[in-house]
Amino acid sequence: MSGVMGLIVKRLGLGLVTLLVVSIIIFGAVEMLPGDLAQQILGQSATEETVAQLREDLGLNRPAFVRYFEWLGGAVQGDFGVSLANNRSVAEQLAPRFANTLFLAGLAAVIAVPLAIGLGVMAALYRNSVFDRVANVVSLGAISSPEFFLGYILIVFLAVQNQVFPAISNVSGDMDFGTRLYRSMLPALTMTLVVTAYMMRMTRAAIINLLASPYIEMARLKGVSRSQVITRHALPNALAPIINVVALNLAYLITGVVLVEVVFVYPGVGQLLVDSVTKRDFPVVQACCLVFAATFILFNLIADVGAILSNPRLRHPK
Amino acid sequence: MSNFMIAYFFLLIAACCTAAYYQYRTALLLLFSLVCVSLLAGLLGGESVLINITIAIALLAASAGLAYSFRETLIQILPRGGAKLMRTAPLTASFGLLLIIIYIIAAVFAPIIAPYGEAEVIAGAFAPPDEVMILGGDQLGRDLFSRLVYGARNTVGIALMTTAIAFVVGTVAGLSAAVLGGWIDQVLGRIVDTLMAIPQLIFALLLLTIVGTSVINLTLVIALLYSPLIFRLARAVAGNIVVMDYIEAARLRGESTWYLVIKEVLPNATAPLAAEFGLRFCFVFLAISALSFLGLGIQPPTADWGSMVRENATLISFGEITPLIPAAAIALLTVSVNFVVDWMLHISSGLKE
Repeated sequence: MSGVMGLIVKRLGLGLVTLLVVSIIIFGAVEMLPGDLAQQILGQSATEETVAQLREDLGLNRPAFVRYFEWLGGAVQGDFGVSLANNRSVAEQLAPRFANTLFLAGLAAVIAVPLAIGLGVMAALYRNSVFDRVANVVSLGAISSPEFFLGYILIVFLAVQNQVFPAISNVSGDMDFGTRLYRSMLPALTMTLVVTAYMMRMTRAAIINLLASPYIEMARLKGVSRSQVITRHALPNALAPIINVVALNLAYLITGVVLVEVVFVYPGVGQLLVDSVTKRDFPVVQACCLVFAATFILFNLIADVGAILSNPRLRHPK
Repeated sequence: MSNFMIAYFFLLIAACCTAAYYQYRTALLLLFSLVCVSLLAGLLGGESVLINITIAIALLAASAGLAYSFRETLIQILPRGGAKLMRTAPLTASFGLLLIIIYIIAAVFAPIIAPYGEAEVIAGAFAPPDEVMILGGDQLGRDLFSRLVYGARNTVGIALMTTAIAFVVGTVAGLSAAVLGGWIDQVLGRIVDTLMAIPQLIFALLLLTIVGTSVINLTLVIALLYSPLIFRLARAVAGNIVVMDYIEAARLRGESTWYLVIKEVLPNATAPLAAEFGLRFCFVFLAISALSFLGLGIQPPTADWGSMVRENATLISFGEITPLIPAAAIALLTVSVNFVVDWMLHISSGLKE
């Protein structure tokens, strides 16, 4: 067991290093602005004195690495500095929105994961049948469509033509769970469509890949039924790739929400990021990017660890 | 019960029975599940849902027929080799091929096809459709159809250029890494790992904040972010090739690295790279549309499908579907490319076995 723990700790360390490098990139990207931040904020027409004053206020006169460590130290403690647009604390704006984004992604995941695995197993079980072909074409269509297209289609059919769900998901912190669920249903469904299609195709591919192996043929020959072969023999071995796909798609759910949040005016991190990019509000953009990147790296890490735990062969790399 | 509903169910059940009588298992299963769905939908949503279903089925049938006749025509017209290839094409692939050709024609002959210029204001805001403006006007009174046609040129053109840049960079770097090996391989590999640790859309947003939005910046940023994926594939494919004996022989002849990459490795890596080009094009195309939709990509007044959806999105809350047409154009093109790539992958894998 210590070998497994060692491997996991190693992966965790690697993830931390990646996160550190990513934070350097995020910080360094803003440093590479033509001129500097103060010049950018005030524009071309600013006088030398005002630029110098702002530079002093923002502490831009100190060397970059000092400011990087200050920024990183603050970020670790949950302090991302002050927004340039409205002088409010970035963390204060970010925290409730991050909770909203997590809620939305969680809701989509709860619907999508069982649905995708079920459909994928069905498609593998009845492969080359009508069901498989229809599922193949529909999922390809869902993957190929931009998220905003799917979102607007759902709005047209479920919010405008038949008023089932509201088209604009204005959730707030003091709402009870039911209302919240009801209001965020359409964005969650949109994300479910995209993610389910991906996961379903991967699950199907993983199982079909296994069905070609000799031990499955052995099971068939000894008279095990088709569904038993898949659920008892193929599925446990297909678990590693499936866990991997699920974790990667959860990472996608958290980061891919940007478009969906904009379509449904959902108050999440994605919306904040897009607004701040338009306003060129650098501290907020940096904070959002760091949060997204950290989540992304975390889920990739979970995918790795899951793969190691579910496949004994990976625990003893040659 | 209206006449329409009676006729609808009568025809459907008759088709079901015919399929059952002639033992067409697939058709029967499909038709019968359609009957069940229609019964449910008819009970819940009434006649309008059934009309929608009919339109959808008619569209599907029409596109299948179109794809079939297109394939058969190609088989007749093309020379021997091409005809043989087309015979193996499934309907989805020939449908994709047909649509891609239509998009190319629209992009190349945009000024001839479009009745008005892309930024020409000719009517009031959100003018309803008439004989001249087939799809009506947009939020500034420009002809939606003309902008759609010009959009094929702008959106697809920029996406193609971006993919090409990403591809050249990724492939050259990947092949060189495989051929040269050593520390260059290691360094490139680590850079790519780091670039891929940040979600692409987020990274694109960060970089666009810094460099500002313009078509050139957009192209370069997206190309930079998508080349690592191509690098990985090229590296993996070339990694299998450089261990071959003929590479060793070329090395012993004293050929230069450039010669090795271009003349020995690249020709043997074309098939997987071509399929990758199609897939990457889809991703790049979707990414650019997404950024344009967010208002950070291609800037007005250039006609572009992503920003057209955004500009006219207010209409959707009134039940109008015209703003969805550009979005549908994006989806159709990506689906078509995917269909064709699927077929190509199928052919190349079939030949190997």
